[in-house]
Amino acid sequence: MTTLLDPTAELRSIKREKLPRPASLDGLTVGLLDISKARGSIFLDQLETHLAGQGVAVRRYRKPTFARVAPAALRQQIVQDCDAVIEALAD
Amino acid sequence: MPFSPPDGLVVVVKRDCPTCEMVVPVLRELAVQPVPLTVYVQDDPTFPEGLTAVSDTTLEASYHLNIEIVPTLLRVAGGQETVRVEGWNKENWRALTAVADLGETLPDHRPGCGSKSVEPGMPEKLAVRFGDAQIASRRVEVPPLLDEIEFCYEQGWSDGLPVVPPTEERVYRMLQGTTRDPQAVLGLVPPNKVPLTVEKVAINAVLAGCKPEYMPVVLTAVSAALRDEFCMHGILATTYFSSPVVIVNGPVARQIGMNSGVNVLGQGNRANATIGRALQLVIRNVGGGRPGEIDRAVLGTPGKYTFCFAENEADSPWEPLAVSRGVAPGQSAVTLFAGDGVHAVVDQLSRTPESLARSFAATLKTVAHEKLALASEVLLVVSPEHGRTFRQAGWSRQRLLDDLHQLLLRPGSELVRGANGIAEGLPEQFAGETAVPKFPPNGMHIVHAGGPAGMFSAVIGGWVATGSKGTQTVTEVLALDK
Repeated sequence: MTTLLDPTAELRSIKREKLPRPASLDGLTVGLLDISKARGSIFLDQLETHLAGQGVAVRRYRKPTFARVAPAALRQQIVQDCDAVIEALAD
Repeated sequence: MPFSPPDGLVVVVKRDCPTCEMVVPVLRELAVQPVPLTVYVQDDPTFPEGLTAVSDTTLEASYHLNIEIVPTLLRVAGGQETVRVEGWNKENWRALTAVADLGETLPDHRPGCGSKSVEPGMPEKLAVRFGDAQIASRRVEVPPLLDEIEFCYEQGWSDGLPVVPPTEERVYRMLQGTTRDPQAVLGLVPPNKVPLTVEKVAINAVLAGCKPEYMPVVLTAVSAALRDEFCMHGILATTYFSSPVVIVNGPVARQIGMNSGVNVLGQGNRANATIGRALQLVIRNVGGGRPGEIDRAVLGTPGKYTFCFAENEADSPWEPLAVSRGVAPGQSAVTLFAGDGVHAVVDQLSRTPESLARSFAATLKTVAHEKLALASEVLLVVSPEHGRTFRQAGWSRQRLLDDLHQLLLRPGSELVRGANGIAEGLPEQFAGETAVPKFPPNGMHIVHAGGPAGMFSAVIGGWVATGSKGTQTVTEVLALDK
């Protein structure tokens, strides 16, 4: 029997279930995260108008660059401020 | 339990050795001496007839005693070897044993045979079995009757092409290509930010088909890829084409037989092919970066299998790329550029550097999109026949870069969105600018490579996320030379 050496990190990703969607946005704060892709802000502006029209509190955030993962401080800030977050990926 | 040889005289023999057969009468003489005699036999425990030998068919004793020749005679005191004789030499055997008339009827000397412990492939096997190889990775058993290469495919360890199964012996041999501790950590490999050990690099280098002598280059390339400014995570995750292009400079390129000449960007050279592939497999297997998962490339590029070559320094019109980036002349180094495919530049008629530079600029301006500027870096691969024009005219690398910069300046009004009937382009705020550069400062890289005949060069576009918001080209001095 041949023995091989594992070329991987020997780690298994933890599969985490998504949090349940809020039944209603009443009284919640929604974060809008712009990842700095071109024109992503246009989509988020529309969303903000729509949400604000429903009386939902909205906060805006922006990654310094789409090319890198969001800085930990930004992620923590969103978690601290918001009940839900919408991230705009599209160009 | 650690191996410790018995005190007294120790002889290692094998039946399949005429010299060992010849010294059997001598061993019988020694067996009746007051000094204890231990005979290890490598192949046939019934040999030598009439003597009680210790079977060493596992070669454990031979490995620990570092036997290269049989017969080998040693004197051991307090568990330590004090002196040894290889082969038969009457004078030396008599001196070592202090038996004055030992082997009276034998010739004065006769060379021995090779020890079974040093047969091809055996030192690695023995080092893994008995040595302090210190390989920490998980062992995976291939089920009986299953092809090893197919098994590697099933584990998801392949980029699509067959891999070399990473046996303990092969990985041990690969680790001999570096003096670095197998458990030394090179950094965190994206996307999963996993601590990357030299050992994991070696395993993936085996998969890729590397020779051990490539390890210093592989380790340096991997180290460079982990530097924050290179932004390997983004290069992997992007929907764009990009992938690391590995350019090797300095004496190591010739030492390990890299190609910098004919078909330099193509197939056929083991070092070029497997070093670039090893880097990709590290990202895939250790980092967890797989296409369709974190790797979201819409089209990708064949360079994502491997893209690695050496600069043709010997007849270059310029100092090597690495030297132009601050590395000392004569020092080996690896440069990583986040590039996409190879775009041809044909110019068979220019005989002046001014004309040839204009041809280069005509292609360079189309990188990513003719109306995009300051979006990416670029790598220009100048062939020897094109390089000759610049050498004969005395153009330095900087002169060519300056010229290209000037030729690539465009008024913003031609580049903004909507201009020329094309929606794509720069934001409106560039409209008033009279001279927008195509590439960011220090964003053009020139390397000299290729075969001697053919008036073609190549443009390799960079990732359209550059500078502090994306990738920057990195150069790293060869790890062993540090």
